[in-house]
Amino acid sequence: MFGLNKKDSVLFVLVLFLTMCAPFLLNPFPQGSELAQFNAGYPDLMQRFVIFGIFAIGFNILFGLTGYLSFGHAAFLGVGSYAGVWMMKLLTMNVIPAIMISVIVAGLFSVLVGYVSLRRSGIYFSILTLAFAQMSFSLAYSVLTPITNGETGLQLNLDDPRILGVSEVNGSIPPPNLFGLSLRDSAEMTFGNWVFTFNTGYYMCAVLMLIAFYISIRIFRSPFGMMLRAVKSNQQRLNYTGLNTKPYTLAAFVISGMYAGLAGGLMVAMDPLAGAERMQWTASGEVVLMTILGGAGTLIGPVLGASFIKYCENIFSKINDNILHQWFAFMPDGIEDVIVFLVHPFVGKGWHLTLGLMFMLVVIFLPGGLVEGGQRIGRLFRRRKPDAASDASQTKPAE
Amino acid sequence: MGLLEVKNVNKRFGGLQALGDVNLSVAENTVHAIIGPNGAGKSTLLNVLVGKLIPDTGSVIFDGQSVLGRKPHEINQMGISRVFQTPEIFGDLTVLENVLIPCFARRDGSFKLHAFETVMHEREIVDMAEQMLTDVHMIEKRNLQASTLSRGDKRRLEMAMCLVQQPKLLLLDEPTAGMARADTNNTIDLLKEIKATRPITMAIIEHDMHVVFSLAERITVLAQGTPLVEDAPENIKGHPKVQEAYLGQSHE
Repeated sequence: MFGLNKKDSVLFVLVLFLTMCAPFLLNPFPQGSELAQFNAGYPDLMQRFVIFGIFAIGFNILFGLTGYLSFGHAAFLGVGSYAGVWMMKLLTMNVIPAIMISVIVAGLFSVLVGYVSLRRSGIYFSILTLAFAQMSFSLAYSVLTPITNGETGLQLNLDDPRILGVSEVNGSIPPPNLFGLSLRDSAEMTFGNWVFTFNTGYYMCAVLMLIAFYISIRIFRSPFGMMLRAVKSNQQRLNYTGLNTKPYTLAAFVISGMYAGLAGGLMVAMDPLAGAERMQWTASGEVVLMTILGGAGTLIGPVLGASFIKYCENIFSKINDNILHQWFAFMPDGIEDVIVFLVHPFVGKGWHLTLGLMFMLVVIFLPGGLVEGGQRIGRLFRRRKPDAASDASQTKPAE
Repeated sequence: MGLLEVKNVNKRFGGLQALGDVNLSVAENTVHAIIGPNGAGKSTLLNVLVGKLIPDTGSVIFDGQSVLGRKPHEINQMGISRVFQTPEIFGDLTVLENVLIPCFARRDGSFKLHAFETVMHEREIVDMAEQMLTDVHMIEKRNLQASTLSRGDKRRLEMAMCLVQQPKLLLLDEPTAGMARADTNNTIDLLKEIKATRPITMAIIEHDMHVVFSLAERITVLAQGTPLVEDAPENIKGHPKVQEAYLGQSHE
């Protein structure tokens, strides 16, 4: 299908199904029930799943294939965001130009950063990218205030020109739209106690993520992708085989920078606001965590990792002491307080502690990430089956 | 005029004269061995030939063009392939992929952004790689990960990766270093087979005399960075200068 082999087609259709049915799949618990807080089927969070999915897919093209660990990819996301907001200020609230310019500007910026950083490899490359990202962050925060609006962040105003659109509608800023279709519109479907929300913005992001995912599969299976894996495996041999590794790594760097720009553009399409903190090193670190947690170098890993982290971030950070007391209410008072006291640091504001622990567990026990976990479970089942068959054959003679 | 002409090459590392006035001519379609005791400058010479080191003076002309100042990938594109002392292969890739990469390098040059084609759809390249693996008797191992191969098979794979490029000159850096006698003989047989089935020029750096005398048609003896003699194998064995270089002061 579309030039993919059977295995990749299955994977693609699976991701297609998951993204298109996400409003159902992420809302398994009825409204008002105690478990409803574990639902993730609301537009804001679903959008973040797919946007960070795109970011991580792109990061994986660089890190998963070539092994070059960039610690500054958030800079491209941030640059893309600023460029996108400017398009919405100057041109129109239609998000298409904003998204396009985000990808282009992030791509150009990554040519510059990549050209300099790729002069070194290993830890020095990581440090160079980190330095670039922190420089971008500082510039956006202070020096470039006329462009970035510094601390406050770049926002839309009522008096923005928007020469191809309108500056205001009934005294307020018009919502971002896709050829007139407001991205904030949602259709709701009620089914008993369940409410499913279908948001225009989410579906636009999801379609773009599917395209991004498809392109990444094609890159993985292409001669170019093979060369990138060869860079990771043995750069010396590649040089002595007549291949110039520099343009290959630079191309991978720029492609992943453009993915980051696309993610940044989509963020502002969903919420037209860009702040410098988007470029900070913690944001760069987050995409590294997502990719490694999901499984670097695998196709589906980054998407899983991104969804997993964003889900945990939302759910764990929402849990507070009141909720904990409700959960452990069945216990005797003294013990309940102790348990709540022990769990407290891991939830709410302390959810990063949980994330850190999970990350350590994954890196130590599942170096291949969640994907490896899935494969191990799969193998366990496959091994069980012949066992069951041999058990059956063994019982026969006994009869 | 040989395929490879090394003229008056000097290379100094601080106080050490690693190469002193090296002159060497490798004729087309011959196997030329460069031998010499440890520290004779064999590896330095090889590194000059592949562009890893730039000599202080002198010239290295390959096929009418200078190789000096060119990067390793450019020199490979000129038609020089290199086999390393310890096999350098792509350990994380499959055996077939290892051979596909040089095929792409030969067809598409040192860089091509072929990001939207599929490797396995490039029929002619895949056929070429599979034919090469058949020639070196490794076709049944094509889907194995290269790092899982035995040392002998890794060497075989590396040779296949070089040969599939149809190089004008194949450089071999101690291809049997650290090998057991049986593996050494296998490698000699493989090289003889290669030599018999296709026109090829080889330059071998080696200190195992058994290998050298089984393969070489022409031998240059290096000692302390300078060529002592260059001659046919039968004249090298009894040459007094060679015995002196290898065994120290000759007993007269």
